[in-house]
Amino acid sequence: MSRPMTVAEKILAAHAGLDEVKPGQLIECDLDLVLSNDVTGPIAIKAFREIGLPNVFDAERIALVPDHYVPNKDIKSAEQAKMLRDFAHEQGITHYYEVGCMGVEHALLPEQGVVTAGDLIIGSDSHTCTYGALGAFATGVGSTDAGVGYATGRAWFKVPESIKFIVDGELPEGVTSKDLILHIIGMIGVDGALYQAMEFAGSTIAKLSMEARMTISNMAIEAGGKVGIIEVDDVTRAYLTGRSEHPAVEYHSDPDARYARVIEIDASTIRPTVSWPHLPSNAKPVEDSRGVTIDQSVIGSCTNGRIEDMRQAAAVLKGRTVSPNVRCIVIPATQQVYRQCMDEGLTTIFLDANCAVSTPTCGPCLGGYMGILAAGERSVATTNRNFVGRMGDPTSEVYLSSPAVAAASAVLGHLGLPSDLEPLEA
Amino acid sequence: MKFSGTAHRYGRDIDTDVIIPARYLNTSDPEELAKHALEDLDAEFVHNVRPGDVIVAEENFGCGSSREHAPIAIKNAGIDCVIAKSFARIFYRNAINTGLAIMECPEAVDGIKAGDRVSVDADAGLVVDETTGKSFTAEPFPPFIKEIIEAGGLVNRTKAKLAAK
Ligand code: SF4
Repeated sequence: MSRPMTVAEKILAAHAGLDEVKPGQLIECDLDLVLSNDVTGPIAIKAFREIGLPNVFDAERIALVPDHYVPNKDIKSAEQAKMLRDFAHEQGITHYYEVGCMGVEHALLPEQGVVTAGDLIIGSDSHTCTYGALGAFATGVGSTDAGVGYATGRAWFKVPESIKFIVDGELPEGVTSKDLILHIIGMIGVDGALYQAMEFAGSTIAKLSMEARMTISNMAIEAGGKVGIIEVDDVTRAYLTGRSEHPAVEYHSDPDARYARVIEIDASTIRPTVSWPHLPSNAKPVEDSRGVTIDQSVIGSCTNGRIEDMRQAAAVLKGRTVSPNVRCIVIPATQQVYRQCMDEGLTTIFLDANCAVSTPTCGPCLGGYMGILAAGERSVATTNRNFVGRMGDPTSEVYLSSPAVAAASAVLGHLGLPSDLEPLEA
Repeated sequence: MKFSGTAHRYGRDIDTDVIIPARYLNTSDPEELAKHALEDLDAEFVHNVRPGDVIVAEENFGCGSSREHAPIAIKNAGIDCVIAKSFARIFYRNAINTGLAIMECPEAVDGIKAGDRVSVDADAGLVVDETTGKSFTAEPFPPFIKEIIEAGGLVNRTKAKLAAK
């Protein structure tokens, strides 16, 4: 009998070829997938070249997604994207996504079934932890790790301790999984889960859709977490069936597995939340934030750019128009979400509300392009980071929220709730 | 590895967006990146920094994005070592993998003031504040991580391992 283990420990042990692992142990593992984008890929390719092997370990298990600065924002970023493209073609990388097929990586790969339960995945992008929602161990690394991963299909890990978050009860009307994760980060701080695996469980999580779960796992890194894992259940199985390119493997935490901390949260106490500048942990109730006027609202990103997010924003914007003082930028995260917005009539709602609707891109989320803030400007955004200068000038400010709050704020011209809006005439 | 230089002091949660803002990530050229290191936090940094200098910071240094541009930018600006109370996980592995010396040493962080002359013996885990004469010892790295550092980073270690096969 091996020691009782958490789901994170079990996935690592299985990929290290060990019966058991313990927190703190340093191990080397076989990887199921290595991911890079147009910003981190070029440095990873350089590391791969330095190693000197002619071919990647497996052309089907590397995903290269240009999304940060594409469609190319300027000449330099065009060169970066070209490096990624040339490398993908040279190596015959099957999971390369050109403009027109691409999406924001962490929305795209689950949607396309490239990542699945039980996988061990590294990505040279910190929000790789999103796939924890599918029951995978997925974590962000640097370009050197990714480049070595391209060559060998392996990576080193320090087995993290796990923290378990048990969320029970009913989320109040209008409160989403984004509000829940902002609340949790506010509670434990931006290094509250440093070097640790976050595991989310409880009756509230069980009731969330897969898309809502991905919003939670996506932001594990904002608490310093290595992964944000949710065990496989029927919701996961339904999502993965017919979608996963390779078989899913289910791991479950042993009932007597050891956790560094167990934190219980009563979902019914959570209110719509907004994280004020300049840390995601600076979480406050939206009700106490109404005095903040905004210049921009960004609805999209790997955190909240999926179809459910678009529907939530559209439900608020339907029949209304954005304040004349606000630019509202809506970015469906993938081509499929973009098409679904068209098919469901959401795009028309956004256009009628005077939103700018963009092809998928990370764009403004990291202050790349497509919505950069001038000095002193403020944006509400459904993204995940609000550090100094994240979306533009170092004196600009970003307020993180759910899609419904970002949409309502766009109409109001200041932070606020959908219930603050004038009722529509029948 | 031994370094000595001036201490540049910063607070907690120094994130990778202020270490190297995304507006400069359209390139991966180390020299270009170095010109903008810490620009949004301390515009004078790149003018003041000299080779051998160290950064001394509170908890959670390097939080946020996985961009390896962050250790590349500060290293190429002239910083040889970062001493902090703790490091964000991805920055920690990026530094190890790319050969930027880092030390977790809360006592040194509390003891060193901005502008102090500091000397570091990274192998011995020893930090000396030459200005005050105080010395501090950091937690030694586990053997596995030492092996990567001694090989000169993860790429070199991988090369050596492949050659040995
Ligand atoms: S949307 Fe933002 S957080 Fe997500 S991958 Fe793109 S830049 Fe990173």
